[in-house]
Amino acid sequence: MKLHEYQAKEVLADYGVPVPKGSVARTPEEAHLIAHELGGKVVVKAQAHTGGRGKGGGVKLASTAEEARDAAREILGMQLVTHQTGPAGLPVHSVLVEEQIDIARELYLSVAIDNSAGKPVVIASAAGGMDIEEVADSTPEQIHNQLVYPHCGFQPYQGRALAFATGLDGDLLRPAATLMENLVKAFNENDGAIVEVNPLVVTSDGQLLAADAKFSTDDNADFRHPRLVELRDTTQEEAREVEAKEAGIENYVKLDGNIGCLVNGAGLAMATLDALKYEGGSPANFLDIGTANSADAVVAALKIIGSDPDVVTVLVNIFGGLARTDIIADGVVIAKNEGLLPQPTVVRLAGTNVEEGLKILDDSGLDLIRADGFAEAAQKSVAAAADAS
Amino acid sequence: MSVIMNEDSRVLIQGFGGAGQREAATSLAYGTTVVCGVTPGRGGQVINDLPVLNTVREGVDEFGANIALIFVPAPFAADAIIEAADAGIPTAICITEGIPTLDMVKAKAYLLQSETRLIGPNCPGVISVAERSRAGIMPVDVYTPGSVGVISRSGTLVYETVDQLTRLGIGQSSSVGVGGDPIIGTSQREALQLFQDDPDTAAVVLIGEIGGTAEQEAADYIKDMTKPVVSFIAGATAPPGRRMGHAGAIIAGKAGTATAKQQALRDAGATVVESPSQIGETMKTVLQEQGLT
Repeated sequence: MKLHEYQAKEVLADYGVPVPKGSVARTPEEAHLIAHELGGKVVVKAQAHTGGRGKGGGVKLASTAEEARDAAREILGMQLVTHQTGPAGLPVHSVLVEEQIDIARELYLSVAIDNSAGKPVVIASAAGGMDIEEVADSTPEQIHNQLVYPHCGFQPYQGRALAFATGLDGDLLRPAATLMENLVKAFNENDGAIVEVNPLVVTSDGQLLAADAKFSTDDNADFRHPRLVELRDTTQEEAREVEAKEAGIENYVKLDGNIGCLVNGAGLAMATLDALKYEGGSPANFLDIGTANSADAVVAALKIIGSDPDVVTVLVNIFGGLARTDIIADGVVIAKNEGLLPQPTVVRLAGTNVEEGLKILDDSGLDLIRADGFAEAAQKSVAAAADAS
Repeated sequence: MSVIMNEDSRVLIQGFGGAGQREAATSLAYGTTVVCGVTPGRGGQVINDLPVLNTVREGVDEFGANIALIFVPAPFAADAIIEAADAGIPTAICITEGIPTLDMVKAKAYLLQSETRLIGPNCPGVISVAERSRAGIMPVDVYTPGSVGVISRSGTLVYETVDQLTRLGIGQSSSVGVGGDPIIGTSQREALQLFQDDPDTAAVVLIGEIGGTAEQEAADYIKDMTKPVVSFIAGATAPPGRRMGHAGAIIAGKAGTATAKQQALRDAGATVVESPSQIGETMKTVLQEQGLT
């Protein structure tokens, strides 16, 4: 789950990471009040789950509380379009109003999971304020890493090593090492997936401040963070995906094609998209139905897929392991009978209980396009989509 | 020989609920030795002729269990893995999906100082076909004995691959699902080593996915392998920044793209398949070219 910048900064502040003074506003009047309290000279930042907000017109400087109110009026309610959002953009329902800071230096600091090492890793760079992927690509020597030991934690010397490597020495050494320790603590105690401070700023009077912050958490650990879960902002997510989640379908991703896909297993679901593209088609979604232990779950998933206005045909591609093809077949028959799948439907079943599954499809007497094998399923779906559109 | 599972394997099911009981029955019917189930607090019961125990330790001491197959729910699964390791089980295979990553960070660090090998989590398990030895959730009908090993992050792509091979008359030695999570016990690279060292395996299919760098690390080892490798990377058409079901399958950075992985595998000498429906055909061609059929 992604947090907004203001939420991320609240979490970090709780762990003693220094952040600029400021507060969130949901109306221009609130922005005016906050700016007034901060002395008028502020920055007004759109709160949306994307990078590149400045370039998209979502960050404005104000010299007075009145200017801050006007800036908030412009930003609130906008659809913020950036290089990360796609043409539709993301809605902005709140702004962060913060004191302006005098920047002497910008650095980069993050904590993420290093999959290969199997541990969290702290990444620091003196090249702050930029796209870190670019920095890693063009000047890898500017990226410095320290792994976090699972049983003894991030050590003070590791913080000092990163501070020295990024030029945070002298009076900044101890505050920088402490800030990193606190950042790791915030990551660990909230089941972080990534926490990124970019830029980490050294102010002209020699203070460290997290000028921007991103915080994503591990969805698998939601069960032990009820307070974090309340921070979730579903307006920042694809509407169909939110609907899918509410129906208990965790693994639905909306794509831009016209072939709806119901598949079991993330790998087969990805490969199904690949196979459709390979055959010249275009998938409308990724959907991993998982174990699908009831026909109701299958019907709910098909309802989400079938109600997508972009969908002209549906491919059901199931290779049952833990998932049972007879249950999937039951779900397909119910969905088809209930008119949830008005489009031509291609069904490929294999694996656990496949004889029973195919018999259910046969006995239904429904007009379903059957496919034997993966290649045939992809080809028939692409042909059906071409016919229907 | 074969990989991980063999005729000496004695399987203990950790988390002996509905799925565990069903898969135990399938494995028993297939010919695998399943010795007991473990559900804390249910010790003393007998379910489907299998004794239920309170602890893994009892399963090792009293029933000689040497494979722990774990179905324990995600919030408690890391504890189950560590319990298996503490009981001295040589191999723990974790099917459970959705374990918090930081739980796996701790479990993995613990395993490194134990003698236990972990397969998974979020995996379909391991099967050795000629020995009829199965610890996992894979459908058994699609397998036929032979000499091709199969490694995959994804469960369903193991079945798909095996099905394509079997339909072409190509049998399998063992299949290993290494798991779809960011942090797993046994890497693709380590699984390749097991198949390289297995005299019953002549060639290997490696099914990778977008995200992370595990395929590049596997490619590094393929350079030193004497056995041919056919590979497919799932997710070539996935948009960057969107998580495709598996927690590990998200493109963040260039190394995570299918293109980067395919290139690394090709450079290492693997035969890379573009469409998932051509894995079997490609292996057939490779086996013929190398005179392995």
